[in-house]
Order: sequence, then structure tokens, then C-alpha cells
Amino acid sequence: MRNPTILVLLSFPCAAQNQPALDVGEKLFQAHCAVCHGPKGDGGKGTNLAQARLPRAPDDEALARIVTFGIPGSEMPLTRMTPQQLASVIAYVRSLGRMPVETLTGNAQRGAALYSDKGNCAQCHTIHGRGGTLGPELTGVGARRSPAYLRESLTDPDATIPDSFSSYKKITLIPDNFLQVRVVTTDGRRFTGARLNEDTFSIQIRDAAGHIQSFFKEELRELHKDWGKSPMPSYRNVFSTTELEDVVAYLVSLRGEQ
Amino acid sequence: MRVGAVAALLSLPLVAQVTSERIRNSEREVGNWLTYSGNYQGYRYSPLDQINTLNVARLKPVWMYQINDLNQFEATPLVVDGVVYISEPPSNATALDARTGRPLWAYRRTVPPDVHVCCGQVNRGLAISGDTLFLGTVDAHLVALDARTGHLRWDIVVADYKTGYSITVAPLVVKERVIVGVSGGEYGIRGFLDAYDAETGKRNWRFWTVPGPGEPGHETWAGESWKTGSAPTWVTGSYDPELNLLYWGTGNPGPDYNGEPREGDNLYANSLLAINPDTGELKWHFQFTPHDVHDWDANHVPVLVDATVRGKVRKVVAVANRNSFYYLLDRVTGEFLLGKSYAQQTWAQGLDDRGRPILLPGKSPSLEGVMVYPGLHGGTNWFSPSYSPQTGLFYVAAREEPTSFYLGLPEYHAGSFFSAGGFRGIPGLEPSGAVRALELETGTKIWEFPLHSPPWTGLLSTAGGLLFGGTNEGHFFALDAKSGGPLWRFPAGGPLQANPISFLCAGRQLVATTAGHALLVFGE
Repeated sequence: MRNPTILVLLSFPCAAQNQPALDVGEKLFQAHCAVCHGPKGDGGKGTNLAQARLPRAPDDEALARIVTFGIPGSEMPLTRMTPQQLASVIAYVRSLGRMPVETLTGNAQRGAALYSDKGNCAQCHTIHGRGGTLGPELTGVGARRSPAYLRESLTDPDATIPDSFSSYKKITLIPDNFLQVRVVTTDGRRFTGARLNEDTFSIQIRDAAGHIQSFFKEELRELHKDWGKSPMPSYRNVFSTTELEDVVAYLVSLRGEQ
Repeated sequence: MRVGAVAALLSLPLVAQVTSERIRNSEREVGNWLTYSGNYQGYRYSPLDQINTLNVARLKPVWMYQINDLNQFEATPLVVDGVVYISEPPSNATALDARTGRPLWAYRRTVPPDVHVCCGQVNRGLAISGDTLFLGTVDAHLVALDARTGHLRWDIVVADYKTGYSITVAPLVVKERVIVGVSGGEYGIRGFLDAYDAETGKRNWRFWTVPGPGEPGHETWAGESWKTGSAPTWVTGSYDPELNLLYWGTGNPGPDYNGEPREGDNLYANSLLAINPDTGELKWHFQFTPHDVHDWDANHVPVLVDATVRGKVRKVVAVANRNSFYYLLDRVTGEFLLGKSYAQQTWAQGLDDRGRPILLPGKSPSLEGVMVYPGLHGGTNWFSPSYSPQTGLFYVAAREEPTSFYLGLPEYHAGSFFSAGGFRGIPGLEPSGAVRALELETGTKIWEFPLHSPPWTGLLSTAGGLLFGGTNEGHFFALDAKSGGPLWRFPAGGPLQANPISFLCAGRQLVATTAGHALLVFGE
């Protein structure tokens, strides 16, 4: 390490223990958290943190516990920080929740109808137990994702595909990034779908009809992984601007409650 | 400790006496597995050929043994005359009937709740001398057990666990001594390698891997940084009986990611040490990664081979290092012979003619994060390579996984995590792995077998022309050792994080590995 600026920044919180430094917290946030929670903390692959109330972290102590120990069973990893660094990050995360909330112009009720009819979204997504399984479950999506993220998912799905490998994993878990896979079997049959799991010798995908297809790799002539491509089509030219805002409003209203 | 009583019982012929001489001649005991790597030279090679390229497709499970602990099951079993001895996490031992898998005895240790182990309360195996088994514990004790019953013979404190020391390594018996190293590289310990009298548990010598004031190498540590310099010794070394030299690797300097407080090369961190096992005296050292800031421990099994290098027969030691370079050194002198990357690396332009890395700029951890190949867990890690005298190939389970390295504050508190930084995976980049066969003399890749995810399993080669390995997704598999072609696999249902072995049971060849929380044994 040869960067004196960093040393200055790192030592700053020591001198101001009673007042965690937001700028240090922001730097730490950008380094450790933004990759999943978004540069503005308003969600991405990780949950939306720009909310006044964080369901898993009602107080700073709970938030400190989550940062320090991660969330077992999820991709939220543990991060070891000094007490001062931790305090700075917590202060910064709390400051995100005090940011002005985006006012939505759409009509959630109209959005619900568009979701079912014109959008045919339920073909691939499930809400409250009803719908398809090709794409992510959306029952609580409004609590996890910001309106901006949801808007972008609709117009440019490739930009928001979840990335299953951004947090380090010692044990490989089941991929959940809906990676689009195309295969051709040795006898010439073609299948396209979202990857459910893969190992050195086999791969399992879910096709557009929701059927699970399982292959040993020696049965495949071709195996293509469409990195960066979402199986979801863009709705940019399907919905009008007003309709898009209605659908966003509907999705934001989905908080997970029945 | 009841030495008198123990001495009287030793004459009972229930367990054959395993001498250092027997381990030295392990090729004459093809049915047993007497030491961590199968022989002193670190080959992890079985001279058995009942299971071979022609019949391995018929390999099937014979028995399984389940443990009751959720820590990783990383043990290499020992097999002595029909009994399988395993360590279980955190610090337990069990004897199993090799024929049926039924436990014969169990040693269960109560571990204090405040032990400090960075990466799981694991244990990699036992050592045996006479009819005594040796077990290192996560509370940094060395324990001697009666191999006939599992009863405790002695229990000595190696180090104070409260300050961050622990033991996860399988000890190595050399002559009448038990060689044991320590873990604790993430807790700012001062590392060492110890030798204890196998009979009494009395310490014969200690070699500090971070030299104190007045000792050679001390000048490679700024200020007081040597006191928390780490350089742990947590993977079993090898031994050359003819040269009477022990070869043992050392881990990262402390703190892991922030090198600022420890300006200098930080000897003997990230090094291979050649040590006289009688005296603990250092004969030579070779440092793979001077002033490491990426946690690239050199804790590997060194492989000792006599090979022709550039037209001359030499006694060499081969190491596939966590920093993604393969090294060949003269094991008499420590002279660097060659180095070649065997996995992707983006941190060094290459190695100079003395084996020192020529660093690329901008690869040290920063507050914003710096992506480097290999990542924190390296091009390979603690799990064993294998060398087959039959093919002359060196086999390594390689990891292709970069990480971003972050800088943190180097604040030391005894017994607390002292890494001064951290790491993250790279968005959008799915890590992978491969089993690679290298020509021992040159490091040239002869073949590779791709793995879906980075492995945590070592390799076993056999005289049956096979190479056994495992995946993190849960497969145990056999490849053709000459070509790398897949010949057999078994979905074990849990990640493999250990090293396979092979042995005979009633004249029948068996192959064993752990997977998930079970020991699996296969036969034709």
C-alpha cells in the first residue's frame, strides 16, 4: 500500500469517534455494499436500503449484526470492519433512508391489470402463489427494489439481471441468476431456458413452458450460456410511458403481505 | 499421564507398531496409509492397481460413515492393518473397522467455546507412531491417544488458544518425534513449527517462523511488526530421510491485506523451510511471495522427487503455490530451478532468475478494491497435489477465481481477527476450476480436466493409471492419469473438501474420500 490518502481517510474516524464520518461510510459502502445494493443503495441484486425502515434491521445494533455476520442462507456475506468503520457504514446506510422518496405517478390498480393482461407477466412470474416460474417471484418485490430498478427491469431487462457470483462463496449454492442457457443434444434436439443448477457433469434448466430439463453434459453437442442476456423481453415498446409507470406503481405496492 | 502403565501395554500385539522406518518404506506397505500424504515424499500416490483404467467404471460404494458436526470434514484417514483412523471436526478421533465402517472406539473432546479459527473448526488428520495416534486440537493442544482404545495418553498445550492459535494440521511423525504446526494467520500470532517426543510429549524444539531480535531475517520486519507476523504452519510437510530434512510451508504475514505496518520481505512468511528434524535448525528457506498482501499462504504439501532438470539429475522439491506459480527448487540447497504459472495470475510480470516475483503495479489492496487473479483463495490451496511415478506427472487441483482485495485498518487486539482488509467476488464472473497435469520437470501443462466451480479437494494418483479427485458440487471422480479423460464418477451429494486415499481391506483395494459430512469408501 502506497497511498497516503487512504491512510488519512482510514484514520479519520478514529479522531471523531462520537460522530461517524459519512464520507468514510460512503466510501466503504461503495466498496463493499454497492455492488449488490446499488450505488445509491436503492437496491439491485441486494435489497433496497434507501428506506426509512429496514425490516431486518430495525435498529443500528441489528444492522451492525447483519454487516458483521452476514445473513446465513442468503448471499449477504459477513464483512469484518473496525468499530469505527462499522459505525460509519451504519450512519451512511441510515442516511440513505432519509433521502427524499420518489413520488410515483402511476396507478397501481391499472398497473395490476396491465401486469395480467397486456404484459402477460404472470406467464413467467409468481405473485401470491399464482403465476409462472421462469422468472423471479415478485410477491415482495416492492420492499426489495426501488422504483428506478423496477422501471429499468421492464425497459432494459439485460441491465438488471441478477448476478449470482458477486459475493464470494466457499460452498457453491444453487445458482439463482436465471442465466439463459441454450443447449443442443447429440441427437439434435434444442432447448432454451433458465439455468436451475449446474455441476461439472450435468446441467438442469427450466424451459419457457415451465418444464424442467436435465442433461448430462456428454449428451450435449452444444451448450451456450447467454451471459448478460435476460430471458425476459423488453417492455419498452409494449407499454406506453403512462402504462409503464402504472406497472411500476403496482410492483412497488407488492410488499409481501397477503 | 501414566507412562509406566502405557509402556506395559505397548507389548500387546493388538495394533501393529508403526515406526518411522515403516513410513519410510511405505511402498512396501501398499495396503496401508501410514502418513498424511501416503509417503514421506508427499506423493499421495497408491501403488495399488486392482482398480485400474479397465475396471474403474464398476467402482461402487462399500460403506459410509457419517459424522455429527457441521464443520467441514477435511480429514485424510490413516489405515493401519485393517483399521481406519480418522479425525473429525472440531477435534475428535474415531477408529473404524475397514471392512464394515463400524466404529471401534471414539475420542470426543470438549472444545472451549471461545476458540479462534478463521475458516471453520476443522482437522485434517492424525499421525501415528508405535501404537499412539496424535491429534492437534482447535484449542492448540497436541493430544496422544492409545490407538487400540482411543484413551488419552498425554495432552499438552502447544500454544495459548486465547491469543488466536489453533491446530488444524495433521502432524507428521519423523523418527521418534511428532512434528506439528499451528494455524492463526488471521489473528496476528507469531508462527512456529514444533517437535515433540512421541513417547512423553516433551517438546524437543521450536522453530519460530517469524525471527525475533538478533535472529537472521528479523530485519525484514519493520518495528514491532514481527510480534504479530503470523507465518503459520497449518499444512503437513514432507521429509527426505536420506538428507534428513523436513520441508514445511508457511502462511501469510499478519495483518493479511495491509502491508504498511510491516515494511520488508517478512521472512519466513509465504516460504518453504528446510529444517533438520533432530534439532529444528533451518538449513535453507525459499520465499515464494515476499511481503504478501493477498493472503497467499505457502501452506502446501511439498513433493520430493529426483528428476532430470536441464540434463542433470537433481533432488528437487515441487510446489504448486497459492500465488498461481509452480516452482521447482533444489531440495539440497534451496536453489530456484524454475517457476511457471499453472493458473491465471495478474499480479506478477514473471519471476526473476532467483524466483522472486517481478510485481505489476497497482495490485495491492485499496479502499476501493483491486481485482487480482488469483483471488484470496489462490490458484490452489491447502488440499494436496499428487505425483505419480508411473506417469511422471504432477497433478494439481487449480482454482480460477479472482477477487477484489480491500484495505482495512491494522488494529491488533489479542485473539481478534487481524486481517486489516477483506475481499469480494467479481460481479458477472462465474469462477471455475480444473484438474491440471504438469510435467514435473518443466511445469508444462500436459492436459486439463475442467471443473464447473473452484475445487477444495486434493488428488490421489494410483498405479492403476488413475487420478481420483472431487468437485465442490459433490462429485467424486476418476480420470485417466495419462490423458485426463473421465472414467468414473459418483454424485456424493455434498462438497468434497478433503484428500482421497487408497488401501487394502482383506486383499481388496478400496478408495476413500470425505464428502459433505461423511466418509465414503468405494470398491470394485
